Amino acid sequence: MIRVVVQTLVLLAVALVTLVLLLLATGHAPGPALSAMASGAFGSSYALLSATPVRAIPLALAGLAVAIAFRAGILNVGAEGQLLVGATAAACVAALAMASPGLPALLVIVAMLAAGTLAGGLWAGIAAWLRARFGVLEVISTIMLNLIAHELVGYLVRGPLQEPTRTNPQSSTLVEALHLPVLVEGSRLHAGLLLAIGLAVLAWWWLRNTASGFRLRAVGGNASAAASAGRVNVPRVVAGAFLTSGALAGVAGAVQYSGVTFAMYENFSPGYGYKAIAVALLARLNPLGVLVAALLFGALEAGANAMERDAGVPNVVVSVVEAALILLVVAADRWRARTGNSTRE
Amino acid sequence: MSDALTLGTDFLEASVRFATPLALASLGECVSERAGVINIGLEGAIICGALGATVAAGAVGVGFGFAAGALAGVAIAALFALFTVWMRADQIITGTAITLLAAGLTGTLYRSTFGVSGVALSTPTIGATAVPGLSAIPLLGASLFEQPVVTYLVYALGPLITWWMFRTHAGLGLRAVGERPQAAIAAGVSPRLTQTFAVLFAGAMAGLAGATLVLAQAGTFVEEMSSGRGFIAIAIVVLGRWHPMGVLAASLLFGAAQSLDTVFQSMGWREVPYQLFLAIPYLMTLLVLAFASARARAPAALGQRELTEK
Repeated sequence: MIRVVVQTLVLLAVALVTLVLLLLATGHAPGPALSAMASGAFGSSYALLSATPVRAIPLALAGLAVAIAFRAGILNVGAEGQLLVGATAAACVAALAMASPGLPALLVIVAMLAAGTLAGGLWAGIAAWLRARFGVLEVISTIMLNLIAHELVGYLVRGPLQEPTRTNPQSSTLVEALHLPVLVEGSRLHAGLLLAIGLAVLAWWWLRNTASGFRLRAVGGNASAAASAGRVNVPRVVAGAFLTSGALAGVAGAVQYSGVTFAMYENFSPGYGYKAIAVALLARLNPLGVLVAALLFGALEAGANAMERDAGVPNVVVSVVEAALILLVVAADRWRARTGNSTRE
Repeated sequence: MSDALTLGTDFLEASVRFATPLALASLGECVSERAGVINIGLEGAIICGALGATVAAGAVGVGFGFAAGALAGVAIAALFALFTVWMRADQIITGTAITLLAAGLTGTLYRSTFGVSGVALSTPTIGATAVPGLSAIPLLGASLFEQPVVTYLVYALGPLITWWMFRTHAGLGLRAVGERPQAAIAAGVSPRLTQTFAVLFAGAMAGLAGATLVLAQAGTFVEEMSSGRGFIAIAIVVLGRWHPMGVLAASLLFGAAQSLDTVFQSMGWREVPYQLFLAIPYLMTLLVLAFASARARAPAALGQRELTEK
């Protein structure tokens, strides 16, 4: 446990050095940039209560999606698309609900989240079916589904889902009564945080203490051994994990829609689904670790935006840091495997 | 009648034009996969190639642009090779990271150098070069033989790589590494060196594909302009059954899918949402994979992490 923390801190330090080098290479003074980043992530009550944790919520939910899939040996890199269709489904429910006012708000909110969950699961289900039926590599199919989801959103917000005045390519704004409740008065921190924490704890407990959680880990560890020695129905476990993963990413989208953006538009997600992969890997696919890693990434994202605003550094620089973190985690794992110190956590 | 002929020529011409960068990237991926390495970081190599080409073409000239594009692709592929070939890290995860890295790197460099506002940056481009004689053939001539020079490079590389892969010792070694690394070792072939070569070659080809997007087509750099071509290339390799000539044919099919909107627009079907056309290559990739995956046989050691069986 302590070793993992120390190791993660070392990896972070190396990633930070990478960032400084990149800043120097592109002609930005690292000092002001980093201080803008730190204050954007932690430097005010707004940063601590809104900027950082609000960004962490979709990353945590999508990160859980990736962690569950990867634990089962499924390379679901489609969280982005599943998140987009999840948000779209929530926006559809919202549009219907707003057309017939008088429905209880709580019912509508639950329906939005349920629709997001279902849509995300179904979208992942396409890739799960293609893998089970035809042996299609899920890496490619989920990436294609991401790109298709993006075009689908582009079409819907200019077509059936577009706001009534038809001036902007986006859906109508969600009425305030249907927003996810705000947790701290005066901040943007919404109830999605509790959902993320609850689901992370649930996932952690499920993987650790239940028979189906054990089967999932067994399949991810060695599918043929699980099938022959444990008589595990591998296709069934894989399908279940894939759908669960998609459902988690879908609910991430619905939460982001009903808690933060309140509208659907083309650039709804700044790559949450891809960043979630880095989150999950940094957390070593541990659901509780995902919460910590997501908070860290939320801080990175909030910091990067402040860095762009206050120091003129393009915020995409954060993708480099995230990619560096993935590569560093991979390298650290390989190094440990080579030095023979490879106790699996 | 002449309208139909013009439409046919336009459609074929556009298909070949769109197919060119796909063919470059997937020929490289084909070689890489034959050596047992699946590189989904190809998408990243394409965008790096595009930016490298933009910078060099603006500063020095179009020819250097292509060279710089290939070089940028090799550079990012070298990082991929370090992780997957030398450290034996997971190819898919590394590839994902490389793509993310390339998007961040090119975005940062582009915005730092040319500004966020996206002042329409224009680079010199190469026009079409008509092949004397051949370009006079009706329908096919104007579409196949009035293309930028890189397209002719593709025509040449298909057969050339086929010959190299199936008729030379080095090509046999490459395939052995992808099928049975232990057998290759026993025959004195170094899997690591072979895979490194294959990955770097694929990087150069993907870089060239990126350069083609900028210098033969768009005439400018746009962030994320690779728009999934690196991933589509992997589907093309499956559809082409890991054979360079099959890969060429599959690329043309995907190029045709991308040119469908030219046909529909000239036929006056403006009602169809344009997002559908943008989604067609992606939908087709799914369909193709569904049909081809079950039947195709990938190199036995594709994606395999360890070179020796435990």
